[in-house]
Amino acid sequence: MVVADPPLTKKRPKVATSFSQTARTSLQIFQAIIVFSILAWVSYRGALAMDYNWQWYRVPRFFYRVVDGDIIWGPLVLGFIETLRLAGISIIFAILIGLVTAFARLSNSLAGKWIATFYLEAIRNTPLLVQLFLFYFVLAPIFGMDRFWAGVLCLSFFEGSFASEIIRGGIVGVSKDQYEASDAIGLNPFDKYTKIIIPQSLPLILPPLTGLVISLIKHSAIVSVIAVSELTTAGMNLISETFMAFEIWFIVAGIYLALTVTLSAGVSLFERHLEKGKY
Amino acid sequence: MNNNENTSPNKAPTHKSKSDPIVEVSGLCKWFGDFCALFDINFSVNFGEKIVICGPSGSGKSTLIRCLNQLEEHQIGTIRIDGKEVKPGMKNIEEIRREVGMVFQSFNLFPHLSVLDNLTIGPIRNRGMNKNDASEMAMELLDRVHISEQANKFPMQLSGGQQQRVAIARALCMKPKLMLFDEPTSALDPEMISGVLDVMVELAEGGMTMICVTHEMGFARQVGDRVIFMDDAEIVETSDPETFFSNPETDRAKLFLSQLLSH
Repeated sequence: MVVADPPLTKKRPKVATSFSQTARTSLQIFQAIIVFSILAWVSYRGALAMDYNWQWYRVPRFFYRVVDGDIIWGPLVLGFIETLRLAGISIIFAILIGLVTAFARLSNSLAGKWIATFYLEAIRNTPLLVQLFLFYFVLAPIFGMDRFWAGVLCLSFFEGSFASEIIRGGIVGVSKDQYEASDAIGLNPFDKYTKIIIPQSLPLILPPLTGLVISLIKHSAIVSVIAVSELTTAGMNLISETFMAFEIWFIVAGIYLALTVTLSAGVSLFERHLEKGKY
Repeated sequence: MNNNENTSPNKAPTHKSKSDPIVEVSGLCKWFGDFCALFDINFSVNFGEKIVICGPSGSGKSTLIRCLNQLEEHQIGTIRIDGKEVKPGMKNIEEIRREVGMVFQSFNLFPHLSVLDNLTIGPIRNRGMNKNDASEMAMELLDRVHISEQANKFPMQLSGGQQQRVAIARALCMKPKLMLFDEPTSALDPEMISGVLDVMVELAEGGMTMICVTHEMGFARQVGDRVIFMDDAEIVETSDPETFFSNPETDRAKLFLSQLLSH
């Protein structure tokens, strides 16, 4: 029996998934299950074979305890909050430093260009740990800063040097036509940058800047060497009290991971919101 | 907007008579590096005049009109816009640019702003106009370029012809005394050109002073008061459109026109 083909229209026809496609997908899923099972088995056997006394049940109290109906926050939560505060303040300073440095490098001012270039080269070509010691042991006593602010300033200047290149790249990335169009309608330089150029460089700046924020959060762990009471320091202190090195380092790493992954997801959403309906 | 005197940006200000020059250029020279882009350019444009500049590519047409609002800085010579001298590196160049509207070949709309915001940003930021008045004026102008129904879209959602008409409206929003057009139809698909030219003709008929770099001969004949023909950084010939297109004086103009017609 001959079945007449439906007439061809401009609407895209639905094509049924072929058997071979289904088979390929199933094979991939099967393969993934095998791989993950092997990994899980190896980790489990490895953990047993280590003969380590896992005490995961003790971990929750490092987050919080309930005493007489009141919640008492544990060292991990307090450390996490301190890490947030440290990273939060540092990123604001880093972006400000980055903005100033970027515009100094883009400006016609010789002094601005030289100072900015010197700052960038000095920061990027010396170890972060050495910079931290300079801030803590040399600058902090001179300016009367405590360890928290020494850490904040060190991280700000370190990440600020990368922020400045990101911001400069974003500003340079906006097409010359947009500068000319702003000039042609007579916008003054301030309006030109704040209303036209910077808003258009945001989509260019945001993705690498998210990477910078994430790297700042990770780098903030280094201030534990000057005993700022953030998450890593809290972890080290707990380990020296309980000797639960494995559990606590896993938990600390997990908290950093959760924080940074949440952040990237949030920024992706925000980027999509910025671009919504414009193109 | 209750003051009808000022709502029409293409109406020449009444205190100037038609014979007063709005643009005076004398001895203008410009080099890009060692390349001479403009050489000893002299011309003036009166209020309400429509000038068409044409010539082969690389002859300096765009550079010339871009010098008028200092998107390019010249090295020698003087430019006066409405009596004020325009100098390279001058402090308050914005004030002159606000009197001179410019339309670019590639539209150069602000892609992150809606069509309406593209128009209102100038009056709001430069003239301190409030948002409602600016929007009202912008809608009138969009209506005049036949595109008011697209006011809330973003530039990238419009066709090239629509974008160029928005760009014209954006320039008009600053109520300029002079409009510069830098090959406004060269980047457009053929079916989009007439819509933009119609808007330019309407603008010309409204009395706007215009300097247009264009090869649209129909437009030049219809509204042009004078054609300036440039070649190799110089003004080679200036005449009325009828004479220029039917009976050019110089060999260079003849060659150019024959190439323009034969393609």
